[in-house]
Amino acid sequence: MSSSDAPPKLYAAQEPIFPKKVKGTFRNLKWVIMFVTLGIYYITPWIRWDRGPSLPDQAVLVDMAGRRFFFFWIEIWPHEFYFVAGLLIMAGLGLFLFTSALGRVWCGYTCPQTVWTDLFYTVERWIEGDRNARLRLWKGKWDLRKWRLRITKWIVWLLIAVATGGAWVFYFADAPTLLRDLLTGQAAFVAYATVGVLTATTFLFGGFAREQICIYACPWPRIQAAMMDEHSITVAYRDWRGEDRGKGKDREGLGDCIDCNACVNVCPMGIDIRDGQQMECITCALCIDACDEIMEKTGRERGLIDYLALTDEANEREGNPKVPVMRHILRPRTLIYTALWSLIGVGLVVALFIRSEIGLTVAPVRNPQFVTLSDGSIRNTYDIRIRNMTQGDAVFRIGLTSDEILRVDLEGGQDLMVDVPADETLLQRVYVIARPDDPAATADRTELRFWVEEFGTNERAYQSQSFIGQGTQ
Amino acid sequence: MTDQEHSNLHPDDPETTGHSWDGIQEFNNPLPRWWLWCLYATIVWALLYTVAYPAWPMISGATPGLLGYSTRAEVAEEIDRYDALNADLRTQLTEVDLAGVTQEDMPDLYNFSIQSGGATFATWCSQCHGRGANGVQASGYPSLLDDDWLWGGTVDDIHQTIAHGIRNEEDPDARWSEMTAFEGILSDEEISQVVNYVLTVSDQEADTTLAAAGETVFLDNCAACHGDNAMGDRYLGAPNLTDRIWLYGGTPEAIEETVRHSRFGVMPPWSGRLSEAEVRATAIYIHSRGGGE
Ligand code: SF4
Ligand code: SF4
Repeated sequence: MSSSDAPPKLYAAQEPIFPKKVKGTFRNLKWVIMFVTLGIYYITPWIRWDRGPSLPDQAVLVDMAGRRFFFFWIEIWPHEFYFVAGLLIMAGLGLFLFTSALGRVWCGYTCPQTVWTDLFYTVERWIEGDRNARLRLWKGKWDLRKWRLRITKWIVWLLIAVATGGAWVFYFADAPTLLRDLLTGQAAFVAYATVGVLTATTFLFGGFAREQICIYACPWPRIQAAMMDEHSITVAYRDWRGEDRGKGKDREGLGDCIDCNACVNVCPMGIDIRDGQQMECITCALCIDACDEIMEKTGRERGLIDYLALTDEANEREGNPKVPVMRHILRPRTLIYTALWSLIGVGLVVALFIRSEIGLTVAPVRNPQFVTLSDGSIRNTYDIRIRNMTQGDAVFRIGLTSDEILRVDLEGGQDLMVDVPADETLLQRVYVIARPDDPAATADRTELRFWVEEFGTNERAYQSQSFIGQGTQ
Repeated sequence: MTDQEHSNLHPDDPETTGHSWDGIQEFNNPLPRWWLWCLYATIVWALLYTVAYPAWPMISGATPGLLGYSTRAEVAEEIDRYDALNADLRTQLTEVDLAGVTQEDMPDLYNFSIQSGGATFATWCSQCHGRGANGVQASGYPSLLDDDWLWGGTVDDIHQTIAHGIRNEEDPDARWSEMTAFEGILSDEEISQVVNYVLTVSDQEADTTLAAAGETVFLDNCAACHGDNAMGDRYLGAPNLTDRIWLYGGTPEAIEETVRHSRFGVMPPWSGRLSEAEVRATAIYIHSRGGGE
């Protein structure tokens, strides 16, 4: 409680954090993940994929202008957006699954903010030294050495930031061409703007805002906290083992914690995990590595700080043996998420293999619903779109099946064959005519089915529609 | 505050703001200062924005902004840009033989005509002929989708109709047809006879005795324009009475109304108001809608 009369401060200056270098299992895991994710991010646009003439040679390409998404041998058309929707749902379910099982693993290991901040810290440590050196430098005067170190660091950060912003745009255009255009000043304004914005945000977020983004700007911590339960694994301090903490050789009445602050010094979020669960903790486990090293040195059992579930506390306090992590992870909730996730995944893969290379959409022209011709025939108009998703030109025959006798005419009067170039869509206006005495002319509506058949392969696509007759009036 | 209110506080808890509602106290977890600066920066940005771009309302209009930005001017610029891009197509369209503009032979010109003609139609023609070009049947606004044409349905015929209009007194090239109002010329009985005759030629129900008598009345008075077989005459703009399409309705009442008082539909001429390229594109568009001959 503040008893002073001064009004409490509503805004506080950022507390600088100087995380110390740490070695250990989880640190190694983080290195591997950083390498793999950054590698994938920077290299992917440069992978070539031969799709033959008139199609891009880039393995992964989001072609906005052509409204196509290329992913290795898969090509997604706009009407197949359900694939993307399906992947998004899988990503969501995956997040539920991982969060309910392992808490904020996403935050600690794979979040871009964490990965790039980690990379920026590595650069900082490499140029300015480890925790103590950085602390000294921070407190020191702005002399030549400080300027030199700071500027070197900022330049390296900036290079990483430019590479990061730069890599992003290569997913949206042919990478080698775009790189040349970017360097010669011929790329589109939006490319430069995107690179600029992403460079600036990477530089600021990774270099300066760091943990502040996680604590103040990011909504995920709140959402993830709500997705966890008492079985979710999280980083925690076994205070029943560590307390009362204390320094010194005489450990009479003291717990295992020697109050060396190693766990505090390595924390990139600047917190003390021994205070208990905290919103700021991203479960990066660096404090586990740090403390395990200390435990090793003092000859005590590792795991004073450890991945634990909340239920472990009560259990271990009673002196029961530790529950293996797997027992926490495998429980109905995570199994259901896994099942749902796999179901959608399998569905998407199946959909991918059974999808047809040709497609048809029929849009009836309903203004007017029908046209009466001079001999009393009733004519309906349809705009049909034939998609040729194969990589060669194709000829399609347009046909119609119905219980009634209906005539099909194409606008332009040609026979019922149309050419559709490779990887394109053709719009064709089609007229369907019922003789005046035909039931379809007088009925309300008559079911019919349009189909297209690829000449030579007999691949078919069809769509059901209805024919509107005078009965509607 | 009493000690009781303090009892829930933990020694490590942050200080409170001193606010208390129903005994619930508010911790003071100060926001980072940079956040505050970001807020100030957005306020400054907003103010600068209103100076740079049109924003502040004045008595007549808003402040134009220092950058002179205007979406209207941008649109005008875009339109000019596309006009310039299409200039070639437009000249080509005014010179080419209209009947030759087809999807197969001149795809670029054809597509340009369908798109721009469609836009012109929507702007100027849809008020009478309807957005779908189906006209308003029985009110004298013909459907442009069917195969019945008073004056011919080739693209050149359509072009002439659009360019010069129907019953346009100023233009000698305008389409002009005139039907006599037969009230007073024919007796009521003769009118009813001829109406029944017309109903039979178009296969509709009619009084056969009246119709038989009506044939003579028709041949004497109507056949001059509509022809002995009532098939009409495109040269005169006289409609075919044997088909199923009735510009003013095919009921006995509607036909009687036409015979007694005649009809006098008018269409404005569009050459002069629209450019020749627009008129031609519109003709091609209409010709493509399923009724073209
Ligand atoms: S408390 Fe430990 S796990 Fe949490 S952020 Fe800090 S170092 Fe990472
Ligand atoms: S690193 Fe381990 S021993 Fe050292 S202060 Fe932290 S919990 Fe205690």
